[in-house]
Amino acid sequence: MSGLADLERDAAQHGWLVSPGFIDLHAHLREPGFEESETIATGARAALAGGFTTICAMPNTEPAIDSPGLVAEVIARGAAARAARVLPIAAITRGRLGKELADLVELAAAGAVAFSDDGAPVSDGQLFRNALEYARASGRPIFEHSQDLALTADGVMHEGVVSARLGLPGMAAAAEETAIARDLSLARLAGGRLHLSHVSTAGGVELVRRAKSDGLAITAEVTPHHLALTDEWVAGSRAFAWEDGGDRATPYETSTKVNPPLRTASDVRACWAGLMDGTIDAIATDHAPHASTRKDVEFQEAAFGISGFETAVPLLLAGVAAGWGTWDRVVEALTTGPARVLGITLPENDRVVIDPNAAWTCDAAALVSLGKNTPLLGRALIGRVVACAVDGELRFDLTRIAAS
Amino acid sequence: MTWQRRHVLATDDWSRAEIEQVLDQTGAMVEVLGRPIRRTPALRGRTVILFFAEASTRTRVSFELAAKALSADVTNITASGSSVEKGETLRDTVRTLTALGGDVIVMRHAASGAPYFVAERTDAAVINAGDGWHAHPTQGLLDAYTLRGALGDLDGRRIVIVGDITHSRVARSDIDALVPLGATVTLSGPPTLVPSAWRCGMTPRGTTYEPDLDRALDGADGVIALRLQKERQHAGLLPSIREYAKTWGLSEERVKRMRPEAPVLHPGPMNEGVEIAASVAHGARSLIETQVTNGVAVRMALLYLLAGTPEQVA
Amino acid sequence: MVGIRARGDLIATRLHEAIRRNENVDVPLGSLDITLYRDDLTRIGHAPVVRESVIPFSIDDRIVVLIDDVLFTGRTIRAAMDALVDYGRPRAIRLAVLVDRGHRELPIKADFVGKNVPTNLADDVRVQLIETGGADTVELVQAAAA
Ligand SMILES: [Zn+2]
Repeated sequence: MSGLADLERDAAQHGWLVSPGFIDLHAHLREPGFEESETIATGARAALAGGFTTICAMPNTEPAIDSPGLVAEVIARGAAARAARVLPIAAITRGRLGKELADLVELAAAGAVAFSDDGAPVSDGQLFRNALEYARASGRPIFEHSQDLALTADGVMHEGVVSARLGLPGMAAAAEETAIARDLSLARLAGGRLHLSHVSTAGGVELVRRAKSDGLAITAEVTPHHLALTDEWVAGSRAFAWEDGGDRATPYETSTKVNPPLRTASDVRACWAGLMDGTIDAIATDHAPHASTRKDVEFQEAAFGISGFETAVPLLLAGVAAGWGTWDRVVEALTTGPARVLGITLPENDRVVIDPNAAWTCDAAALVSLGKNTPLLGRALIGRVVACAVDGELRFDLTRIAAS
Repeated sequence: MTWQRRHVLATDDWSRAEIEQVLDQTGAMVEVLGRPIRRTPALRGRTVILFFAEASTRTRVSFELAAKALSADVTNITASGSSVEKGETLRDTVRTLTALGGDVIVMRHAASGAPYFVAERTDAAVINAGDGWHAHPTQGLLDAYTLRGALGDLDGRRIVIVGDITHSRVARSDIDALVPLGATVTLSGPPTLVPSAWRCGMTPRGTTYEPDLDRALDGADGVIALRLQKERQHAGLLPSIREYAKTWGLSEERVKRMRPEAPVLHPGPMNEGVEIAASVAHGARSLIETQVTNGVAVRMALLYLLAGTPEQVA
Repeated sequence: MVGIRARGDLIATRLHEAIRRNENVDVPLGSLDITLYRDDLTRIGHAPVVRESVIPFSIDDRIVVLIDDVLFTGRTIRAAMDALVDYGRPRAIRLAVLVDRGHRELPIKADFVGKNVPTNLADDVRVQLIETGGADTVELVQAAAA
C-alpha cells in the first residue's frame, strides 16, 4: 500500500486537492445489452478518471437488473474490472415495466444497494406506495426518477423561451414538480426511504426543502450538468449559467439532449442554493453514455443522456469559481452525502486527487468512457482528476497514462 | 453588399440589410417571371437537389419552378421515392445527397433542426424548405416581400399572425423576417396553441400576444392566417373546429377591423371556413395568389445568391 | 431603344430625350439587366446584384436598338441579345455604343458608334456621367499609368 502515502505526499507538493473517493449514486453502465455504448469495465474506468471510486449502476439494461442472479453478475463484472467499486441498483418493478414489484428483499440480499426504475418513473401511485412500504423490509432506499409522463409526452427539452424559439416540444418544469409532489406525499404516507434522482427545477428543490423542514426523511441529488448548463445550450450557447455571451455551437446538438432536460439559469441557481443549504444531499452524474448511432440523428430522434463522469469535476470547480457554491460542500455532496443516502460508511482507503488548475481539452480521445456524448466535447476545461485510489490501491494515475 | 451566407436555415440571425438584399433581388426575379420566356441561364450546369422527407407539393413545385427559371438541373428526392421510409437514417441520406453532387440541397423535414444537421455534414449549400415547427425561411421572406409590395415600407407597421402559433414554422419565420424590417407582430390564437413562454410576457422581440382576435385586428396593417391542422382537436388542444372557426377564423366582419386595404395572407393550403372565410380568401384584400408568384421569385433570388457564393466561405 | 444596365440605360435615356426634343418622336424606351445571362457567373465567386429589367412594350416584329457605354469583348452584348429574345422576336437588333475600344472576343459589331478609341487590352476605359454623380467624361487610363 505504498500508493496512498506517496499520492498524498505528491499532492501536497503540487498543491493538489485530496479528498475521500467520490461516490456516484447514479450511473448508467449499459451492460448487459448496450455494450456498444459502455460496459461495466469501461464505465468503471471512466468513473475513476472522473474521481469516482464508487459508482451505483442503474438497472435499465437489457435485460433489466431485476433478479438476484443479474445483481450478482453486475457485482462480479464490476469486481473483475478492478477500477471503481461497482454497486448494483436493482429495478423496483419486474422488467422495469411499472406493473408488479420485483423481489426487493431477495435483490437486497444479493447485493442491490437501492431500487430504481430510472429512465421511467413508477407512474402508478398505488404501486409506488407499495414499493416504498415494501422496500422498508429490504432496508434499501427507493431512487425515483420524478416525471409526469403525460405532461412530457413528446418533450425533448425544457419548455420555455428556448424551446418556443427552436420549435421543439417542451418538458415543463411542472412535470417534474408535480411528480416530486406526488412522491413526497406518498413517502409521507408510506414511510420508507425515498431518494429523488436528478432534481433539476427550482420548484423541485423548494418542494424538497419544505418536505425536509417538515421532518420527512428523504434525500435528493442533483447532476453536475444541471449545476452548470442551461437550455440555451440546445440553441447553441456554450456559456455556463453564470456567464454571459461566450462562443456558440450549432443549434440542435444532440449532446445537449438529456432527461431531465437542461433548465434555465435560475433553476441552476436554485440547485446550487439547495446544495449549499443541505436540501440536496448528493451530486450524482447520471452518466448516460451512448454510442454515436443513437446521437448522430435528428434532435427529436436522439437518445437522452450526457456522458458525465469525466466532466463532473471541472463543471463543479467552475461553479465554485463563479461563487455559486463552495468546494467543501461539493466534496461533502460527493462523499459523505451519498454515503448517507446508501446507509454506508465512507470506504476508508479511497482517495481522489485533483489538480484544480489543470487545463485540458475534453476531446473524444481524452475521454475514457465509450460515450463521447457530451456538449463539452472539444472545449477547454479547467480542473482534472490526477489520481484515484480504491481500497488503498492506486487504480488511476493520469501521469502514467499520459506517459504511456 | 456581397452575399456571404452559405446556407438559408432560418433568418433569426439575419441583419435587416441581408433581408432587404434578398427582397430586392426578389423584385428583379418577379420581372423575370413576367417575361414571355421565363428562363434565364444563370445557374446553367448547377444542380439543385430537392429533398422532401415530408410531403409538400406546393413548396416543392415552387422551388422546382424557381430552379428551372434559372436553368439549374433539378433532382427530386421525395420521401416515397427515397429510403427515408425504409428506415434509412438522416445520416445515410446526407451521404447519398452528397454523393449526388448537388450544389444546393433544398430540404423539407419533419424534425426541427434537421437542416442544421445536414448543413454540418455536406459541402452543398442548404436551403431549409420547412423543418418541423421551427422555420420556413423562404415563406417568411416571401410574406415580407408580399407585405412590402402592398404596404411599401414596413417600418412601424403592425401585422397580425393568427392561428396555431406553437406548431407553426411559418409564424416563426414570418416574425424573423418582419421584425428586422421594422414591423411589429401581434400573435393571436388559442392559448393552447401559443407557446407558454410567449403567453407569459416573454414573446420574441417585436411581438406581443393578444388572444382576442378582434382586438388584435383593430387598426392592424395586415394579417397572416395560419393553417389549422385538424389533428390538434384530437390532441385535446381544441374543443372543436367549429368553436375555433368562430373565435379565431378570419371572417369578413373581422377583417374590416383592420385599416382599409390592409392585406390578408395565408401560406396555404387553406381550410376555407375554418381559419379563413371563403369570401375573405378570394376577396379584394387577399394576396394569397400573389404570395404564390412571389414564392417562386424569392426562391429564385436565394438559389441565385447561394449558387453564386464561393464554395468555401469560412 | 433598350439600354443595358448600368450606364447604357442612362445613355439610352439621354438619347431618347434628344430624339423627342429634336424630332418630336417618342421612341419606346426600356432598360435591360443582363446579370443572369453573364457567361462568367459561376467563375466570379459571388453573386452580383441583379437589377430589375423594365421593357414595358412588346418587342415582337420591331427594330430594337441596344445601347451601351463601351463596346469591348462583346460578351455583354451577347448576353443582352440572349436576354432580349426572351421578351419576344424582334425584326432586327441594332447596336449603339458611346465608345468602341476594340478587342472583340465574339463576332459582334456596332451599328452606331460615338467614337472609336484604339486601346491596349489592359487599358481601362472609364465612362462617367452626371447621373452617376460625376461630370460627363470618358477617360482612357493606360495600363502603365493605372
Ligand atoms: Zn433518470
